[in-house]
Order: sequence, then structure tokens, then C-alpha cells
Amino acid sequence: MEFFHNHKKLFRAVFLFFGGLTLLVAIMPALDNQKNFRPLPNAEPLSDAAMKGKMIFIANGCVACHTQQVRNVDMDKTWGARPSIAADYAADHRIDVWRNTATLMGTERTGPDLTNVGLRQPSAAWNLTHLYNPRILVKESVMPAYTWLFTTVSNPNSGDVVVNVPPQFRDDGGDGKVVATSQALQLLAYLQSLQQTKLPDGRPVPDFLFKKQDKPASGGSGKTTALDGAALYATNCQSCHQSNGEGLKGAFPPLKGSPVVLNDNPEIMVSIIMNGYSGRIKEGYGPMPAVGTNNNLSPEEITAIMNHEKTSWGNNGREVTPDEIKKLVDLIKLQGTTK
Amino acid sequence: MLYSLLTNHMLFSVMTGKAFFSVHSVAGWTLILFFIIFILLLITLYLYFSTAEIKALAADRKVEMDKRQLGEYISRLDKQQIDLYLENGKPSPSGKEPGETRLAFAPLLLGITPGSFWGETGVLIMLVLLLLPVLAGIVVVIFKVGNILRQEREKRRLTEAEQFREGLSTLSPEERKTLLIHRREALGYTLTHRELMGDILPGDEKGLLGNVTSHAALPVVPLKKRAVKRPPIDPALARLVLAYIGCATFWLVVGTTVGEYLGIKFVAPDADHVSWLSFGRLRPVHTNMVFWGWASLGMLGLGYYIVPRVGNTPLASLRKGWYSLWLINAAVLLGSLCLMGGINNAGGEYREYIWPVMALFAIALVITLINFLHTIGRRKPKEIYISNWYIVAAIIFGLVIVTVGYLPFWQDGLGETIVQGYYMHQAVGMWFMMFTLGIVYYFLPQQLNRPIYSYSLGILAFWTQILFYTVIGTHHFIFSSIPWWLQTFAIVGSVGMIIPVAAGTTNFILTFKGAWHKLSSSYTLPFFLVGVVFYFTGSMQGTAEAFRTTNLFWHFTDFTVAHSHLTMYGIISFFLWAGMYAVVPRLTGREPPQILVGTHFWMALIGLLFYTIPLMYGGTLKGLLWIAGKPFIDGVTLMEPYWLWRAIGGSLMWLSHLFFAYNLYKMTAATRIKQKNYGILPQP
Repeated sequence: MEFFHNHKKLFRAVFLFFGGLTLLVAIMPALDNQKNFRPLPNAEPLSDAAMKGKMIFIANGCVACHTQQVRNVDMDKTWGARPSIAADYAADHRIDVWRNTATLMGTERTGPDLTNVGLRQPSAAWNLTHLYNPRILVKESVMPAYTWLFTTVSNPNSGDVVVNVPPQFRDDGGDGKVVATSQALQLLAYLQSLQQTKLPDGRPVPDFLFKKQDKPASGGSGKTTALDGAALYATNCQSCHQSNGEGLKGAFPPLKGSPVVLNDNPEIMVSIIMNGYSGRIKEGYGPMPAVGTNNNLSPEEITAIMNHEKTSWGNNGREVTPDEIKKLVDLIKLQGTTK
Repeated sequence: MLYSLLTNHMLFSVMTGKAFFSVHSVAGWTLILFFIIFILLLITLYLYFSTAEIKALAADRKVEMDKRQLGEYISRLDKQQIDLYLENGKPSPSGKEPGETRLAFAPLLLGITPGSFWGETGVLIMLVLLLLPVLAGIVVVIFKVGNILRQEREKRRLTEAEQFREGLSTLSPEERKTLLIHRREALGYTLTHRELMGDILPGDEKGLLGNVTSHAALPVVPLKKRAVKRPPIDPALARLVLAYIGCATFWLVVGTTVGEYLGIKFVAPDADHVSWLSFGRLRPVHTNMVFWGWASLGMLGLGYYIVPRVGNTPLASLRKGWYSLWLINAAVLLGSLCLMGGINNAGGEYREYIWPVMALFAIALVITLINFLHTIGRRKPKEIYISNWYIVAAIIFGLVIVTVGYLPFWQDGLGETIVQGYYMHQAVGMWFMMFTLGIVYYFLPQQLNRPIYSYSLGILAFWTQILFYTVIGTHHFIFSSIPWWLQTFAIVGSVGMIIPVAAGTTNFILTFKGAWHKLSSSYTLPFFLVGVVFYFTGSMQGTAEAFRTTNLFWHFTDFTVAHSHLTMYGIISFFLWAGMYAVVPRLTGREPPQILVGTHFWMALIGLLFYTIPLMYGGTLKGLLWIAGKPFIDGVTLMEPYWLWRAIGGSLMWLSHLFFAYNLYKMTAATRIKQKNYGILPQP
């Protein structure tokens, strides 16, 4: 064919073919998307500190291991209450002359998804200690230690945020106090700001697909054997209270031998799980987030966790049943709405 | 290498939390101490053997020489020495090897292994400090002992010579004459080399013989065919192509060193606590360096050879070729420094270089495109050979991709994600894969010395690749919030990829048909074959990964990392090496050491398998574990052994690159003196 022997015609055709398809599958959908989606009305814009923190997040390439997208599949339920939607990213614009938009959706989950981490793990003490060296709190972690976001000060000022670092993890020889720099605090602010915005009422929540079919309906029979309390504990509690239930000295209280856990009346324990707790700040323990509410734990799941805590590490508290926990949870929820 | 890796791993499983190179890290100091002790051991052995020899020399036994001994000595003399003696009476026989005695150095030095002080950082530091003067003393001792040894050997030789002379002088002049003169004549005997063939010289009037080797050594591995001489290449073009390949190799070694370190960080996350070397910053340094530095420069270098050659015309502009080379090198260097300094384009994979840096790369592509189009415009044959279709198209696509990926107009919100999916996959498929296929369509037939099986299949693959590959980008964001129809479109396109991949693979395999025997006698064809095999398996794996169901357990896991290495390494890098081993000997007239080419090949292949198979296996398990709703950290624990395997495989791959770099050095930089003196001779 003569056409193939004319390099101008041939390569022009190649360019147009590719360019046309590019227009079709990349440029037009992208333009369409940015035209048709706006942020949710109740979405909070990032604070100044959080915005700076996002820049630190970008500069250090955190997106290499942390996604920020809850897919509409059942297995992603751990990472958010609903699947992410286009509106969640609609507030992201080009950062500046030099840098592109940062949706930070990511393509790999070597570390946990961060879409909702501000709700799941809001504790400043936990996050700062974890940033200093993740293995202080999660010994299996392979995340880098960001020690350069911290300085050592011999006499911290009143405004300094001191981080509790066990001596064997100190890079600086161990004299003085480890203090978070403004960068660490900005990064913390960004992580705390990462919370899924609730959809305005009346809108259908996008559904999670590929639901597990094999789950037997446990109902109110009082049997909790279907749920693995140890696994639920690992997902929801372990990063602070640790796998040995001993917590971390000066940051997170032990559950081993705790009077709250061993108490035969589960009322206080359920209340702490559902509402959080900040009664022991004077002792140096950080406030506990409302894990049960934030993570949408069912009464059955809470029961499984409580029973795991009540019977592990030498604890021998009275096991509770889903029925009594359900009553307490409903009561707490009722109080929450009437307040 | 392997051992130290395992050691690191063991140390780190015991001791985590401290920077490996931090002054306070026990693990770091322990490794340094191990190293010092190893050196001490070597020194001890040296001193042990030296002193033993000195002792033997000192215990000098004076024995009269009898006639038999004299005969022995004479048989060691050469003609010159005999002549010298007959003139002056002073021979110089060589010394003897030492005997054996024992010194208890080694256990003494090994005794300081600080087992009891294992955890005490301060003690370890102190030991190292104490060792410093000891080490200095040992160096002095080494020199002293060496001197003494030399003197003793000299003394011994002189004594022996004296004894020999005395022994000779006891003989009668007639005896001496028969002994020495006979020996001298015997030594002087030579063959005429014409005993069997007479006086007629052999000749090859038709020029049938090539690659004649007259100095056959005992081969360790079967000898492969040497590069066939090709029509002469303009030396200026050869220099340009070699410069491209040299720079590419440099980035390969540097880029994979970074990659290797990243792999180690999965096993030892506390290897360092330096911001510039932290995982998140180094990862894009590695990926971008091997993309734009190694693979892109390597492809362009081979392109600069192929495009003028298949057009049977000189390259339009050598100068433009050099400009492109400098621009791309500058982009990779600046880009890497920016990334390490924390300046990036906000996280899209392979799009981490900020636009001013990537602009350098784009300008280089523009220059190259113009250059190639001008060259093709001046081609002698009417047809445009298929290689040039692929190569020029790849450059056009590369430019479109970079432009679309970096222009800001359609990148707000999820627009960024849609463009990102398009960009990252087009860069892989329409820039790297397309260009590399062009290289294969030239070099594979050339190396097999037979035409490509079907030109039409090549053209079918060309158009279907454009049709299907262009639309599959968004399959990286299945189940994300980008439009559902776009996801489906990408999946359909991924299935469509079966057509170009099957067409291409069939074409290559059938080109091999009837020439499989050449595989065992060539050092380039194995690289091609591995490339073809991975072209099929790697690409089909991509299709398999694109489905919604497979996304459930493979997406976000290390399976993707394995896939990208199977393709970018198994396909692209193997094809590039094949092309480089084919072209460089033709440009320089020098062959690489064949055994080292084999070493490179096998280490890279085995390393790649060690790298990818555990990651695929572990990645699948991790995905299943996520589906089962197990705690996230269980997945991390699960991956531990597979990450170790990855580091081991990565080390093999990395080592193979050092061999490749050395081979390239042997092919290009053979000493100038040799060139001057034996310029007409091909170097082994």
C-alpha cells in the first residue's frame, strides 16, 4: 500500500489514531469529571496546618505505601463507613506552579489505607510516637522511622509537644526530651483531618460489592463463637494496648489486670469503647477515641472484643453476652441522640 | 552478599528500632566488628605463613651437592643462564618453597570476639577504639615481616647459587663441558614446523573460513559464535550509540543499587533514619531512574543504530543525538535529586519528576523525533521497515503521553486519577514496549540470520496494540470512584491485548523456527528468547490482573510489584541487553568475555524468578487474608519471608548488572596501547 510507504502520512495517521483514543479515554472523561463533581456541602476544607502537613505527606512519598481510597468492595469496609465517591476528591486542585493535583489515591497498600485514619486513630500521642518509630507501637511494622521530624530538647518549653520514646528506640543518645517539630505537628494535623465526610441525609449510600455470603445469621442467640475476638482486638485496639495487653508506659494504659476490664458490671467498659475516655490524662495517658462508634462496631463485635480482653493475658473476668451488651450500646446511642 | 543479608535480617529481628548506621546501633557496630575480625584473620594467616617461611629459611641446612643434584639444578637453567655461566661462572637459580611450622596467632586474635558484651554499645565502641592502634601496629608488623622475608629469600638464593657454583667447580672441565654444553644444545633444539606439511602454504582463496581460532584453550563453557562482521559504521555514530548505552548502563547500576536498598528496607526498616534515603523518597528515585535513565536511554541508543541502518542512510544529525543524550541525563540527575530532597509532582507513579525536569526529557524526545523523521525521509528503500514504524510511533506516543500527563487543564479532582491511569500505563506500553518491539523486529532476524516470519503479523500487532493498549490505563483504579463505564472499558481493552501480544509472540517464535539450534551457540539469542517468553507471560498476566474478581485479591498487594518487574525487567531489560550485546561488538570490534555474559544472563534470570515468584505467591496470600477480614498487620507478618526472598533475588539481579557493566567495559574500553600496537587484530 502506497500509504504505508509515505512516512508523513503513516506517522500522521498513527498520531491521530492514538491522539483520538487519548481524547476519548483520558482527556474527555477527566474534563467531564472535574466539571460534574463538587465537594460534599458538609466537607470541611483542610486547615492551614493540615494543608502544610499534606505537603510533608507528599514530599516524603507516603503515597507509595498508603492508599486513600475505600473501594466499593466488602473487603474495604475496614477502611471507611462507605465507599469513596468522586465528590470526596473534588476539592483537590493543583497545588502550585510546580506540583500537580494530589488526590493521593495510591496504588499499593503496603501500609493501611488512610481515608478515615483521622477517625480511626486520632490520638496525637499515638501518631507522634508512631511517626518517631513505628516499631515502638507495632513491632511488625516496616514503615520508615521519621526521626528527623523530631528534635531533642533538654528543657522543653511549655508549648513543646513532648513525645514519649522508650530509650532503646532513641537515635539521639537518650539525653533530654524528644520534642515534635512543627512539621511533625502539621503532619499530625493532616492525618487527624483525614475523615470521611458523611453523605447528606436522604442520599443512598453506595453499596459495598462482593459481600461475604457464608456468614450465618447469629441473631440474638448469645453465641459469639463466629467472631474472632483476637482478630477484632488486633484490628481495633492492639496498636495502642499492644498484643500483650500491657499498653505502653506513659502513653496507653494496660488492659492486663485493669479494674475496668475485670469489673463484673460491663457498663463502664462499654461506655469507654463507645464514647472514648479522657479521665487519666493527668497520669500521662492520652485520651482514648470512641473506637466502637468510629469503627461502626456491632454489639456482637464489641462482645467478642470484650471477652477477648477479659480472658487474655491472665485476666479472668466474667464473660459477657451479646444481649446485655446490645442493651448497653442501645442505651448509649439513645443518650447520644438526646444530648 | 547473601550471608550478610541473612545476618542483617537476624540482627534486625533481634534488634529493631535503631538506625543501622547510627552510632548507637549495636547491630551496625557488630557488623563492623565482624568485618574487622575477618580482616584480622586474613592478616594472621599472612603473618603465619610468612614467619613459617622465614623460620624455614633461617634453619639453613648446608649440604654438599652431589652430581645428581647438580644435574637437577642444571636442568632448571635456561640457555641464557648457561651462556652466562660459561662466560662468567655465575648462575642464579631460584629459591625453594618453605616448609611448615605452627604459630598460635589465630586463636589469640579470635579470642576477642565480643560475645559476652553483645548488647553493650559502649563496650563495642571501646573495643573498636582499642583496636585502632592495634590495627596500626599490625600494619607495621606486616611490612616488617614482609621485608625480613624478602631478605631471607634473597640470602637463601645467593647461598644456593654459591653452593651450586662450588659444586660445579669440583667437576673436571670435561665433565662440566658435557653436562652444560649438552644441556645448552638440547635447549636450543626447535622444530621447523614443516615436518609434516612440506613447503606449500595453505590458502583460502574463496574466503570460506571465518572466525578461525588457532589458540584453543580448555573451555569451561561451550564456546559461542562471535559477532559477524557488518558493513562498517560511521565511527562518529558508533561513539554516539556507545555513549547512549554507556549512560544507560550507568543509570541501570545506580538505579538498581537504589532498588536493592529499598528491597533491604523491607527486611530491615531501620537501616537508616536519613530523610533523603527514606523509603517514600527513594522508591520513585529507583523507578524513575530505571525508566528514564536506563530503559529510555538504552532504547534510544539502539534506536540511533537501527533507524539509519534500516533506512540505509546516515543519521540526519549527530549533534541532535548528543543534545538528546545530555538532556535526558540532566533530567534523570535533577529529577532524582529533587525527589530525594522532597520535591515531587504530588505522587502519581512515574510522574514524580516535576514538570521543569520532565520538560527536559520531552525536549529530548522532540529533538530525537525530528532527527529520526529526517533520517527516515532520506531513506534509500521505498518501504519503511517495521522497526521504524514501532520506534517513531513510540516517540510520538511518548511525547503525547508526557504532554497529557503534565498539562494542568484536566487534572482537578478525579481528573488527576483518570489521567494518572492513562499516563502510567501508556508510558509502559506505548513508550517502552512499543520502542522495544521495534528493536526486536530489527535485531532478532539479524541475530537469527533469517527474515522475520511474517511482516503482516507485525503490522497487525502494531495497529491492535494502539487500539487496545491506549484504553487500558484506568484498570489500575478498578473499584475506585472513577466512572464505572471507564473501568469496564479498561478491562475490555486489557482482554483485547491478547491479540497484539499473541501476534507478536507468534511472530517471534516462528522466526526462531528452524533456527533453534542457533540458540545454544549464541550469547545474544538467549536474552531474546527470555524476552519473548516474558513478553507473552508478563503481558497475559497483566490481562489476568485486570478483571474485577482478580482485582479483589491482587490489587494493592506485592503482586503488582512482581508484575511490573516481570515486564519492565523480564521483557524490556532482557531485550535491551540482547540488542546491546548484538550491537556493541559490531561497533567496537571487541567481544565481551563469553563466560561473563553467561553469568550476567543466569544471575539476572534466576534473580528475577527469586524476586517475582515469592512476591506473587505472598501477594496472593495477603489478598486472600484481606478478603477474609483478618487484621491488616497479619498481612505484614505474612509477607516477611517473601520480602526476604525478594531481597535475595534483587541482590542477584543487582550483581548481574555489575557483570553487565564490566562486559560493556570489556567491549568498549579495551586498553588504548593494545589498540595502537595490534590495531589490525581483533581482541579476544
